[in-house]
Amino acid sequence: MRYEAPDSIEGAVGLLARTPGACHVLAGGTDLLVRLRSETLEPETILDIKRIPGMHEITPEDGGWRIGAAVSGAQINEHDGLCADWPGVAEAVGLIGSTQIQGRATLAGNLCNASPAADSVPAMVAAGALARIAGPDGTRDVPVAEVPTGPGKTSLDTGEFIASIFLPARPERSGDAYLRFIPRTEMDIAVVGCAVSLTLDADSTVDSARVALGAVGPTVVEVETAAEALVGTQVREGAQQQLATVCSAAARPIDDKRGTEHFRTHVAGVLARRAAAIAYARAKGDRA
Amino acid sequence: MSQIHVTTTINGDATEFLCEPEETLLDVLRDRLGLTGSKEGCGTGDCGACSVTVDGRLVCSCLMLGAEAQGARVETIEGMADGDDLHPLQQTFLDHAGLQCGICTPGILVAAKSLLERNPAPSEEEVRYWLAGNLCRCTGYDKIVRAVMAAADDMRRAS
Repeated sequence: MRYEAPDSIEGAVGLLARTPGACHVLAGGTDLLVRLRSETLEPETILDIKRIPGMHEITPEDGGWRIGAAVSGAQINEHDGLCADWPGVAEAVGLIGSTQIQGRATLAGNLCNASPAADSVPAMVAAGALARIAGPDGTRDVPVAEVPTGPGKTSLDTGEFIASIFLPARPERSGDAYLRFIPRTEMDIAVVGCAVSLTLDADSTVDSARVALGAVGPTVVEVETAAEALVGTQVREGAQQQLATVCSAAARPIDDKRGTEHFRTHVAGVLARRAAAIAYARAKGDRA
Repeated sequence: MSQIHVTTTINGDATEFLCEPEETLLDVLRDRLGLTGSKEGCGTGDCGACSVTVDGRLVCSCLMLGAEAQGARVETIEGMADGDDLHPLQQTFLDHAGLQCGICTPGILVAAKSLLERNPAPSEEEVRYWLAGNLCRCTGYDKIVRAVMAAADDMRRAS
């Protein structure tokens, strides 16, 4: 195995293009090193992107935030501006693993690992986040939802890697939230996850919404019928019931040791209504 | 395959080492530098026995390559005591019997020190959440948590 640590995006793309054999990108390494150790991956080259300028930075851009691919969960949760704008994304990434894992784990890595149960991915989808993908033809921005294509699989082409995640400007009167179900209080993998992001009009009625579910299908599921259930409402009981019904209907979970299909389907609806209530309170400016 | 030359700072000392690309920072600390205080429990980032700080950030040294330590400031359990003077956390772990077999102890001390540097007066809940990535199979955690709370008290009084 070789270890390469280029100091520019162009250098990284060049190495990805001309390195023979399997080349894996290393950001936080919390998934990659486990796979190296278990020998489920035996790459010829590890490409460490952490020496590329900007990879560790959270920078304001067009009213939103650009988050470098090596920014850790701990860094995100220590960033007051980002946490104020996108508390749901911050809490989702903050749920991943222990303090030690938070010191290294990244949004971009969580996305590229492509686990259906990835906590930060539904939150990024609900937030309308874009992944900036660097490759031989320059960079392209794609919605986060288009990156995972199945368990462990992404739409990235050979020679491409995610250089940053962009969280757009948060509109006035908007809020987001992420909840997951696990059988313990922390340090576990989501049995179901749900993120809700919504924007209100001047009289506190939902003007637009995005709802995404995790761990109930091979990839993150954006539930458009859930957005329809929220728009035009004040997220009262009737709207919450309708939201739960459509989220359960959109869930296509598997049965496994962590949860049955029946349970996951039910919990998708329960989490959706709870997350919507939190997002709504945040949008109204209530502390939640 | 050629080895990688890495220049780093470990417990305040400028340190250079050569390592293979696949060697973890934990491998380097233990097998190349003789710093065997950091333990390998699981090797997959679940148990925290290999906890160190890198540029002030608590991490599992088993989840980081040695080569990634280039230019970094690494702190391990070996840097915790000041000569023969134990760190207050080390003393309260002895006073409260916060260890039995001792394998998890270096990692827990490093993690607890990192907590108290950020939060000198943590609640019990904050201690438990912060240390959730450090597994102990002997003590049941209560004595560990009490030892950390006592050290926080001692350190606040001393400052």
